[in-house]
Amino acid sequence: MRSLLELAKRYWATIRSPSRYYSLAFLVLGGFIAGVVFWGAFNTGMELTNTEAFCTGCHEMRENVFVELKRTIHYTNRSGVRAICPDCHVPHAWTDKIARKMQASKEVWGKIFGTIDTREKFLDHRLELAQHEWARMKANNSLECRNCHGADYMDITRQSPRAAAMHSQFLFTGEKTCIDCHKGIAHRLPDMGAALPH
Amino acid sequence: MRAAVALPLLLLAAAVVAQVPLTDAMRGKTPVADETRPPPLGNAENNDERRERVYSMQPPTIPHKIDNYQLDLNANACLGCHSRGRAPVTRAVAVSVSHYMDRDGNFLAEISPRRYFCEQCHVTQVDAKPLVGNRFVDVDALLKAPPAKAPKR
Repeated sequence: MRSLLELAKRYWATIRSPSRYYSLAFLVLGGFIAGVVFWGAFNTGMELTNTEAFCTGCHEMRENVFVELKRTIHYTNRSGVRAICPDCHVPHAWTDKIARKMQASKEVWGKIFGTIDTREKFLDHRLELAQHEWARMKANNSLECRNCHGADYMDITRQSPRAAAMHSQFLFTGEKTCIDCHKGIAHRLPDMGAALPH
Repeated sequence: MRAAVALPLLLLAAAVVAQVPLTDAMRGKTPVADETRPPPLGNAENNDERRERVYSMQPPTIPHKIDNYQLDLNANACLGCHSRGRAPVTRAVAVSVSHYMDRDGNFLAEISPRRYFCEQCHVTQVDAKPLVGNRFVDVDALLKAPPAKAPKR
């Protein structure tokens, strides 16, 4: 313990003392370039984990939730604009994204230990998994929906009468958020027995 | 002698009939053995205007789109708005009390399982040309029509 403290002190002294061989310009420029390289590599690496190819690289995603997405309007529609996994499941702002990515390390754990590596296990966990996402979107006021669907830009005269009425009454007043009503639009719903008031 | 002539004729007629491809009014001109090219899916009417029933016991038709509505063991998207509890909030038509009865007329607390799959009876409508003709007359129109002459005995 004592020797460890000595070691720490020695390293601290080395770090604190000024450079003996390198010029200030070299250290500043070198530090800057190293910073750019590190930052670039970090962000590129993180963006790689934000692609559809990465998300559907595991059979858990490819054969369960991705299959279900394919028949919905967020995958195929008349104009060909579509959403990929991170559009809805990863916040776009950097700090929120990092927070979500850190949470996602639990998903790596799940992958390693096969939490949902069969269809049956996935179905058993479906309610829990869905509830996590519902809670997340409820907490951030359906941020990921609103990244594309802006309530301020909705022309309700182009919506069906019931959609216009519902949006006027619940969405524009802030009484409800998107996910309150629009559950199960991109994936199949879990057993809603208790979740949907009947 | 006559039978000897008639039999080949009959066989010939059968062969001719067999060569005429079997067609079906709903399938168009495509022979039964071939695959049809189905017409593009229609856009279901979506104006939310309740349609009149053609006869009193007709299941009301759905005046809106139901694309991708989940209706299975896990969830019933229709009941998300049309259930007894939700209907006052959503201002949708509440499911009729008859749907809470089992076949013996006993009332149940929940939708009767035999009524669970809404689309068995309630369907959307597309503004399409009817495939086959229809001579249906509303019973009200029938009652107003001058009485037909009684058939002679």
